[in-house]
Amino acid sequence: MTLCTLPGTATMSRTISIDPVTRIEGHARISLQLADSGEVEDAKFHLTQFRGFEKFCEGRPYREMPALTARTCGICPVSHLLASNKACDDLLAVSIPPTAEKLRRIMNLAQLLQSHALSFFHLSSPDLLLGWDSDPAQRNIFGVMAQNPELAKQGIKLRQIGQTIIEMLGGKKIHPTWVVPGGVNEPLDSSKREAMLEMLPNALTIAKDTYALFKTMVPRFKDEAEHFGTMPTMFLSLVSPKGQLEHYDGFLRLKDAEGRIVEDMVPPSDYPRIIGEAVEDFSYMKFPYYKPMGYPNGIYRVGPLARLNNADSCGTPFADVALAEFHMLQEDSGPVRSSFHYHYARLVEIIFAIEMMQRLLKDQGILDTRVRARARGNRNEGIGVAEAPRGTLMHHYRIDDAGLISWVDLIIATGHNNLAMNQSIKQVADAYVDGNKLSEGMLNRVEAMIRCYDPCLSCASHAFGQMPLSIELKDAAGNTLDRLVRDA
Amino acid sequence: MPINAPPPSVRVVTLRIDGLDLSAREDETIIEVCRENKIPIPSLCWMDGLSVVGACRLCMVEVTGQNRLLAACATRVAEGMEVTTDSEKLRRYRRTLVELLFAERNHVCSVCVSNGHCELQWLAEACGVDHVRMPYRNAGYGVDSSHEMFRVDHNRCVLCTRCVRVCDEIEGAHTWDLMGRGSDCQVITDLARPWGESDTCTSCGKCVQVCPTGALVKQGTSVGEMVKDQHFLPILARRRSTR
Ligand code: SF4
Ligand code: SF4
Ligand code: FES
Ligand SMILES: [Fe+2]
Repeated sequence: MTLCTLPGTATMSRTISIDPVTRIEGHARISLQLADSGEVEDAKFHLTQFRGFEKFCEGRPYREMPALTARTCGICPVSHLLASNKACDDLLAVSIPPTAEKLRRIMNLAQLLQSHALSFFHLSSPDLLLGWDSDPAQRNIFGVMAQNPELAKQGIKLRQIGQTIIEMLGGKKIHPTWVVPGGVNEPLDSSKREAMLEMLPNALTIAKDTYALFKTMVPRFKDEAEHFGTMPTMFLSLVSPKGQLEHYDGFLRLKDAEGRIVEDMVPPSDYPRIIGEAVEDFSYMKFPYYKPMGYPNGIYRVGPLARLNNADSCGTPFADVALAEFHMLQEDSGPVRSSFHYHYARLVEIIFAIEMMQRLLKDQGILDTRVRARARGNRNEGIGVAEAPRGTLMHHYRIDDAGLISWVDLIIATGHNNLAMNQSIKQVADAYVDGNKLSEGMLNRVEAMIRCYDPCLSCASHAFGQMPLSIELKDAAGNTLDRLVRDA
Repeated sequence: MPINAPPPSVRVVTLRIDGLDLSAREDETIIEVCRENKIPIPSLCWMDGLSVVGACRLCMVEVTGQNRLLAACATRVAEGMEVTTDSEKLRRYRRTLVELLFAERNHVCSVCVSNGHCELQWLAEACGVDHVRMPYRNAGYGVDSSHEMFRVDHNRCVLCTRCVRVCDEIEGAHTWDLMGRGSDCQVITDLARPWGESDTCTSCGKCVQVCPTGALVKQGTSVGEMVKDQHFLPILARRRSTR
């Protein structure tokens, strides 16, 4: 990791940019615009990578879409796989066999488990455990290993369990092709079911222990909780028909910052009525917003925080206790507002995912062999919405009569959070950035705040590779005065 | 049904392949003898039961006394012939040919319905193609999805013409032809009309089964699900030739 500061002239108004934000998935660039007074005037999160993926799909058979879109990202391919196959189910105009739906749900929850474990243990626990101002060379999973080997080990184990379940179901860890339009292409066999059920109690113990530990740590982060994205925004997520926590299907719910329900039981296929997408010059990532309130007022957040704020309950015993405790993080009775609590929400969801997988695997019909509905394209437009670990993921396709793709739109979780991330960066910068120096601690807090959202920049820009990230300082005239570049 | 084939009136010759002394019928080709004796030679356009075109050149072998390489599928055995099927030079040529096939069109195996069941992939493996050394052309080719049951994706076509021959020689429909030259060459149905509108196609699916790649596939298959079944071909071809 190198830290280089380019020589800058002493002008009053400047911009600070943060280049590689380490330990987030994919890369991006942050720039902070300082006013003449030295205060942070504006903060921007840039994504500069090519976004041509939607174009690239045109003319291809729709059945390639699950594999094609899963390859926009090596980090959350399972989420794309599910949302894409749901959009294809919609094109086929079939309802898939109930067992297939349960199996897909298990895969989605396993993905949630492994992704949240990665985010919490590998990416965020170094900050939380070792502190933002600790030696950067130590502030990683190996540093955690040195200080709390048990926690690091358990984190690795938990993630492994999620990955193993995905692999057992799909045959492959990273890019399984088991989920297909109309269902899944192979039923579950009983030995795999037993093997999965055997792993889960251990996972639940780890999840509960980690949750209990983190609960005791939360008060230490009062400062961060107050500055990491506490702006009022709405929250968007799926909920089940009963209003419970939901990750695979259900209806869209939007709550405002005070906790009032703004939209409820919106069928996913109706998303274009409530979600618009704005484009900004400085980023290749689109800016979705709540249409009736316009851009940029229609700001909302998605992901674990939004899902827990929106759900009336989880529907599993331990997760419901944790959900009640989660709500106590907010002093008033409204939704939990600080983005810092994404971490907390992730731990609650890990517990939920494990409990729910146990329930689904114990279901009598789970070994049923009817797992696929067969049909051809029966509609010209299909929409698939699922909750990815990072938030609501929308796939929207149009096909011609022969089944070739004519139009694609993907709205990904990191996109939904784009507006909120930009505002949160500004808020953190206000609190921690002193215009005169670019300290490690300040940089780390800006990074740490972004990590709360656990953004997946690799699929946000639909980029295939990794992109470095920098912090840049600009004066009012746009001259770069100072710049920090760090290589991972 | 037993077939009453006339007793063979052909002569038997002896030859040497890779140092092995072998005997064969004089009307056999080198590749047939190799296949019978489990001597591996890569091939693509050749198929047991179809006529020989010698188009892909993957089956090239060295024959002592000949100063050029010969296509094993298009060369008859002869008394005293000495054949080498594997040498540094042959390996180099074959690998280059396979790489050129990948570079010419768009083989995105990871999303292809034939992934894992594809002869081009097997050839790549057999010929040691771990990467392609020439630049990909990245030219886009069309997909014709108009047929009820089948689809042709020209991005995955290697122009082996197996589809053309099986449709003409076995099914007798002659739906397929070739059109254009060089990298524009393409298989067409009827007079380059959409396959779904073809008057001649009987929808028998033989072309799909013999196609070595993901160029001809069944509708409704997802990634990696297109498994081809070609065992019908030698059976039908033999019945035909003994009628
Ligand atoms: S046809 Fe074969 S080589 Fe070509 S993309 Fe498909 S699997 Fe790969
Ligand atoms: S479509 Fe298939 S069988 Fe026909 S020429 Fe192309 S690769 Fe060969
Ligand atoms: S197999 Fe002999 S030339 Fe193609
Ligand atoms: Fe992603």
